[in-house]
This record gives sequence, C-alpha cells and structure tokens, in this order.
Amino acid sequence: MTVDWAAVRADFPILQREIDGRPLVYLDSGNTSQKPTQVIEAMNEFQRTSYAPINRSAYRIAAEATERFEGARSAVARFINAPSADEIVFTKNATEALNLIATSWGGANLRAGDTVLLTHMEHHANIVPWHMLAQSAGIELRWVPLTADGQLDVGDLDRLLDGVKAFSFTAMSNVLGTITPVAMLCDAARRAGAISIVDACQFVPHNVTDVQAWGADFAVFSSHKMCGPSGIGAVWGRMELLDAMPPYIGGGNMIADVRLDGFTCAPVPAKFEAGTPPITEAIGFGAAVEYLESIGMHEVRRHEMELTRYALDTLNERYGDDITIHGPDNIEVRGGVMSFAFRDIHPHDISQVLDERNVCVRAGHHCAKPLMRLLGVNATARASVYLYNDRSDIDELADALDGASDIFGVL
Amino acid sequence: MPGLEDLYREIILDHYRTPRNRGELPVPPARHAEGHNPLCGDEITVFLDVQQVDGVDVVSDVKVSGQGCSISQSSASMMSQAVKGKPVAEVRALVRKFKGLMSIEVDDAGAADVDVPLGDLEALQGVVKFPVRIKCATLAWNTLTQALDS
Repeated sequence: MTVDWAAVRADFPILQREIDGRPLVYLDSGNTSQKPTQVIEAMNEFQRTSYAPINRSAYRIAAEATERFEGARSAVARFINAPSADEIVFTKNATEALNLIATSWGGANLRAGDTVLLTHMEHHANIVPWHMLAQSAGIELRWVPLTADGQLDVGDLDRLLDGVKAFSFTAMSNVLGTITPVAMLCDAARRAGAISIVDACQFVPHNVTDVQAWGADFAVFSSHKMCGPSGIGAVWGRMELLDAMPPYIGGGNMIADVRLDGFTCAPVPAKFEAGTPPITEAIGFGAAVEYLESIGMHEVRRHEMELTRYALDTLNERYGDDITIHGPDNIEVRGGVMSFAFRDIHPHDISQVLDERNVCVRAGHHCAKPLMRLLGVNATARASVYLYNDRSDIDELADALDGASDIFGVL
Repeated sequence: MPGLEDLYREIILDHYRTPRNRGELPVPPARHAEGHNPLCGDEITVFLDVQQVDGVDVVSDVKVSGQGCSISQSSASMMSQAVKGKPVAEVRALVRKFKGLMSIEVDDAGAADVDVPLGDLEALQGVVKFPVRIKCATLAWNTLTQALDS
C-alpha cells in the first residue's frame, strides 16, 4: 500500500498555520505530537452529541458514552496487540502509568534490599518513581550502561539481572532515538526471575507494537505523543499481575463495596481508575489509534526511517564536524529523534534562532539528566519527526541552522 | 514579532564570548550558592567575598562558574562586573532594579532604587520581549541573592 503523505500532512490543521508569512516547521513530536482533524472532530462530535458520565447512570446517552469510552479502550488494546481490553488501564499520561506500577506493584512486591534494574538512557519518569521507592522502601537500583554509539551495552546483562526483581527500560530513547531490543530484554528478565516494564512512550506512536511478541509484563505509553489529546495515557499489564496489585488511588468507580469498616476493590481495570476519568480525551485517544491504523504503522515507521536517514545525511553532509548528532547512525535501531550539538552554540540559543524561521525544536535536558551527564553536556537541541513531516521540514531546519552561525559566528 | 537583534545585542555576545570574573573563590572565606534552571539544565555557581570596609559590608570579590546559554552567561558576566566592589545594600538595590527591568515585580523596592544605574545591563532589556528567556537572564541574579543570604 502506498500512502499519500501530502494528504496525511493536510490532515493536521496546525501545519497550515503561517507565522510572519512562513509555514510552521514542527520538529518537536518527541515532545508532543500535533492532532489530525479526525481526532479533533471525534472529540468535538462526542462533546456535542454524546457527552455524559460513564459507568454510573441508566439513561441512554450515559450508556452511549460508556460504550464509546470502552470502545476506545478496546481500540488501544488492539493497537498494541494486548490479549484483552481489560488489561488496559487509563492513566493521566505515561508518567502516571510508571508511578502506578512503581507504587502499586513495587509497593506490594519489593522489600528493602530488593533490586530494580534501569538503564542509563531512561527518562526521569522511569527514574524518579524508583528513587522514591528507594527512599521509602529501601530498594536498590542498578543500571545498564550504554555503548559509545548510544545503544544499551548488554554484554553484562545476565550478571546485572542476577537477583533483580524488576527490569524497567525504554523501548526508544527520547534523547538518542535508540530503539532497544525489547523482546530480548524481556526474555533475559524472565529468565532471571524479574518482571519487565517497558516505557514505550516514544515507541508506540512510531512503530508496530506487539506486547505479546515482546513477552513483556507491563508497558506504558501516552496519547498526546500519538496524535491524541493530552491528559490520557495507559498502562498495559498482564492480568495476573494487575489482579494481584493493590489499588493506586482510592475513590469512586474503583470499588465493589464500601462499608464503615473497609472496602473491596472493583475488578481490573476499574480498580485503578478512581474518579471520573478524562472521558472526551479517551474518545480522542481511540480516534487517534484508529487514525494511525488507517495509515498503517508499518508505513509510518517506513516513512520516518526514510526521513531520519535523509535528516542524518543532510545535516552531516552540510555541517560535517560542526554538528554532532547523538545516538546510533543505523536507522534500523533508531527512531526519528535527533539530539545534536552545533558549533558550540548553546541549545537554547539554537532553538531561539530556529524559531525565527518557525522551526520548532526542543532545547534542554529532555528530562534525562543522568544521560546528559553521560554525554558530557547540560543540554542538547532535539529535532524529532512524525508522520506529517517531510523533506522540506528537514531542509528548512538545515537552512535555519545557518542563521545561528550568522549571529554567534565561531565561538 | 521582535527581532533577534533585540535579544542578541553586540555587548551581550561580547560578554558571552569573553565572560568577566569567571572562576571560583576559596570557600571559606568566600560564600557561594548554586543556581539551576530546571527547564534547560543550566547551572551556575556564584562565589562572593564580603568584607567590612569602614563598617560597611562590601562585595570585595565575585566569581562565577557554570554553563549556560548566551543570555544566562552574559547576564552573569555583566552582573559580576556591576556588583564587584559595591556595598551589599547597593548590590541588593541593583538586584531589585534588574528584576524590574525584567518585568518581575519586586515587593520591597525602595525609592532609593530609582537612582541605581544599570549601565551595560540595559542591553538585556530586549529579553523581556522573549518571555521564555527571562529565566535565563535572572538565573545569576537569583543565585547572587542566595549567596548574599547564605
């Protein structure tokens, strides 16, 4: 199947916007993605015609809203090939999803002296919840180091996994773009008697995801990075684990019964969804995965590989030693996230100059300060692509970088 | 839209390329404070030597270390020049005046602050048109205040 990528681009109204007579060049999708008309309209239509509480009222539009909400859960489950929609727990975002796992599973299963294995390329969302558990419960942390080109150094993995209770790692680095060998890592964890937790927040929006093929125990991701609205994300977990876990927060919707002397929990997933959820956002999340399915994730990945190759080659050929793009050069093991250093110009200043030409990139530590320290930098500039980007965006980035040289010269 | 020339004035780039009073002072006798901009990862350390001269506390020496963008680094460099050799009371007035320049409301501004000259620091006025960068410009000044209070 060939995809009309110009038509895909036209699905995103914000990309029609011009500032100072120039088009928007959005290269910050690793941060958050733009939204297609299909998602915007699905949310609008739901609010105009069917908005109602879910799971608690007998009238027709409430039943309809509940059905649409659960339909979104099913769509999300299908998108990652989860065995059952009941294994999808809606959260606020991937950060809350990781906190849920660390607090609920970790709180019930980890004791002082138990070890959790992380990697040097994790986002703060997959570091700080474990640090918090280290402080409150006395668990210990171990780290998988990186190779020189920014891949996981798995040479010593079995020794690192020895005695570990959980291995929590990213499927794709938000700084380096590195795609990790998830199935192999899950398998190694299982052989060591550890559960595997996959931070798939950067991976799911850009790749075919199959949590069963991975052999993972948990995976987390977020709607706003995959064409859906902000305010909703998900935990997928194996039912056996979710079922045995204590609730995360308490309140309405998550109970089977409440008495003066205690309560009993509702079954999964309601057990982890206390309070009124982001209903319209769930509808938007469902619409987003249906939109991505309509294009096909194999095609999205192929498009981004082609664009990433073009970006790496264009920037390296044009700027040579003046640019350092972090992470692996092999696009088979990297996604469309490109963190770079350019002519000793601070990333904040690069971003400011690029903004003159409406080129939107992230500048900063990308919520990965341990990795920044490892790279020996305080910050990087990061361009990241998605299905709506094309070569003109990369050319515009390359041209705009020249403007930084004009102002700062050779420092 | 404000142009980049409002932000990257020549004097700012000069302080960025050739920062004044870079380095460290031995602690003690100097005091120091560390400042972070959690958004971008910039870090700055301000070292101050405060000595009594004729019964008045004076910032006798100042050094700045750390890393950051052109705005945070040039602001730190200009700040170090502006406060070196000044009485602490005058330095505090300068901090208030600078924050005023950055459109940050200062509760305890005194009438006397009006006369504090900003000198080269006026060049940073353009930062106000780029609100995201105000935090860059004020990082060194907030760190200076921490060092004075320590």
